[in-house]
Amino acid sequence: MRVQVIGAGIAGLTAAFELARRNVEVELVERREGPGLGCSYYAGGMIAPWCEREAAEPIVTELGVEALDFWTKTLPVAQTNGSLVVAPPRDKPDVVSFARRTSEFEECDGARIGEIEPDLANRFPYGLFFAREAHLEPREATQALARELAGMANARMHFGRESLGDEAGFDWTIDCRGFAAKAQLPGLRGVKGEMLVLRTKDVSLSRPVRMLHPRRPVYIVPRSDPHEYMVGASMVENEEPGRITARAMMELLGSAYTVHPAFAEAEIVEIGGDVRPTYPDNLPRITKRGRTIAINGLYRHGFLLSPALASRAADIVTKDAHFPELMQ
Amino acid sequence: MDAIARADDALEVYGAKLGSRLLVGTSMYESPAILADAVRASGAEVVTVSLRREAGGARAGGAFWDLIKGLGLRVLPNTAGCKTVKEAVTTAQMAREIFDTPWIKLEVIGEDDTLQPDVFGLVEAARILSNDGFQVFPYTTEDLIVAEKLLGAGCEVLMPWGAPIGSGRGLNNVFGLKALRAHFPDTPLVVDAGIGAPSHAAQALELGYDSVLLNTAIAKAGDAVAMAHAFKLAVRAGREAFLATPMEPRDMAAPSTPVFGRAFS
Repeated sequence: MRVQVIGAGIAGLTAAFELARRNVEVELVERREGPGLGCSYYAGGMIAPWCEREAAEPIVTELGVEALDFWTKTLPVAQTNGSLVVAPPRDKPDVVSFARRTSEFEECDGARIGEIEPDLANRFPYGLFFAREAHLEPREATQALARELAGMANARMHFGRESLGDEAGFDWTIDCRGFAAKAQLPGLRGVKGEMLVLRTKDVSLSRPVRMLHPRRPVYIVPRSDPHEYMVGASMVENEEPGRITARAMMELLGSAYTVHPAFAEAEIVEIGGDVRPTYPDNLPRITKRGRTIAINGLYRHGFLLSPALASRAADIVTKDAHFPELMQ
Repeated sequence: MDAIARADDALEVYGAKLGSRLLVGTSMYESPAILADAVRASGAEVVTVSLRREAGGARAGGAFWDLIKGLGLRVLPNTAGCKTVKEAVTTAQMAREIFDTPWIKLEVIGEDDTLQPDVFGLVEAARILSNDGFQVFPYTTEDLIVAEKLLGAGCEVLMPWGAPIGSGRGLNNVFGLKALRAHFPDTPLVVDAGIGAPSHAAQALELGYDSVLLNTAIAKAGDAVAMAHAFKLAVRAGREAFLATPMEPRDMAAPSTPVFGRAFS
């Protein structure tokens, strides 16, 4: 069997990897010059299936739990240090709501938060610790997938090309183009996200920290460089990539400063942003039309959902499986 | 008045007749799909939508605005997030083009932390927009003098807060809201902001307020669709109670039979 996968973002890379592991002949095609350069490039990399339940439906948690195994065992690039949710004193109602909507956490007071993240000791009176969650560096993860594929005899990657121009030669096409597939996938829209990367030696965090706030929640994810932190991410109903607003930066920086004042002296290493491909229910979808399968709508959950979606797409191709919860 | 007559009890603002006295916002929902279900469950005929931030550099919020238009309801665009008169006026003009409506929910926010309205800027922006043909719904406080000036600036409806935006504290100053109602018996009054629970909405309607506008209380509920329906019922209950003229509270129990041995108790 020969399968063409279009798009080497996180959805396409995991799909190609999953198929190649099942001994399918895979050709991965990407219009950019390398893997993971679309919106995957700006991801936070939190593998946080329980935290995400705060603003997502149960299926995100169900699919997301599979990602923990994938990123720690199948392709071990994630660290399982858990994730921490904190809030300033006056936003305690937000912690209460967060706890009501999520599970698998330990409630923490200021001292316990300090045991988990010493630099945050007594900065926040309340928090939740999700010990089983993990995080990864998205750019390393996409590179690692590309390396795996490069080492497999039945997989080939083609960068800088829209397609191979040989549709008939494939048994299946897996369309993982993300937002670029908007014209073919009714209802798909873009939700803009903006992020920045800070570098400082004055703060040390070992796991993602989410600070709740009624208007501008923020998360800070440690990068593999021990002094770098990704701060994200805005969520705007807007489809313009690459235009970073001053307001988004002020809010992200203000929130980072609230998490720890030492971030004020950090170096701004990078600012960036893109649009997340999203369906109206903010849930992922696998669309099968003839011999083409589209995996799309991963929204803000690319690294969390792609392993489960890739495995289901491979089941459709190899076993004619059907997943009604994803394929309506 | 019987129940059937009450079904015709429409709210009239700027010449439009609205069957539902619940106006709802469209932000902070888990997804646009849940937003659509919740709006349907609420029975609202008017939805507010913000533009300031979503517009970006090239009015790139089109996909979300199309979803809002797809609800098939009357859209009340708002100037949420605007802090100056100029910003609010520009946003209103853009809203008129995008949604093809003269309606604008005018917010001029004094500062980000409390989100209190800047009533000075509000009156100025209301005058500019009214003169430009807009039908302005001003988000204001319960201050009587500001209310007077807003009416003088051309507003035909007032939207005082119940409590600070997003606080969910209900009607903070019932005395002030009653005074506003008493001073402007013929102006449509909408409690906007601060509603947290259906009981708050019912209370506003019981006080004689014509309508309530809310967002967070539905969008951030555990089950937004069920909460939207609860608000629909509460608004209806409050309105019917107002029309039925609630009893006057009194300080003492009112025994239905005389208590012997006490004079006239």
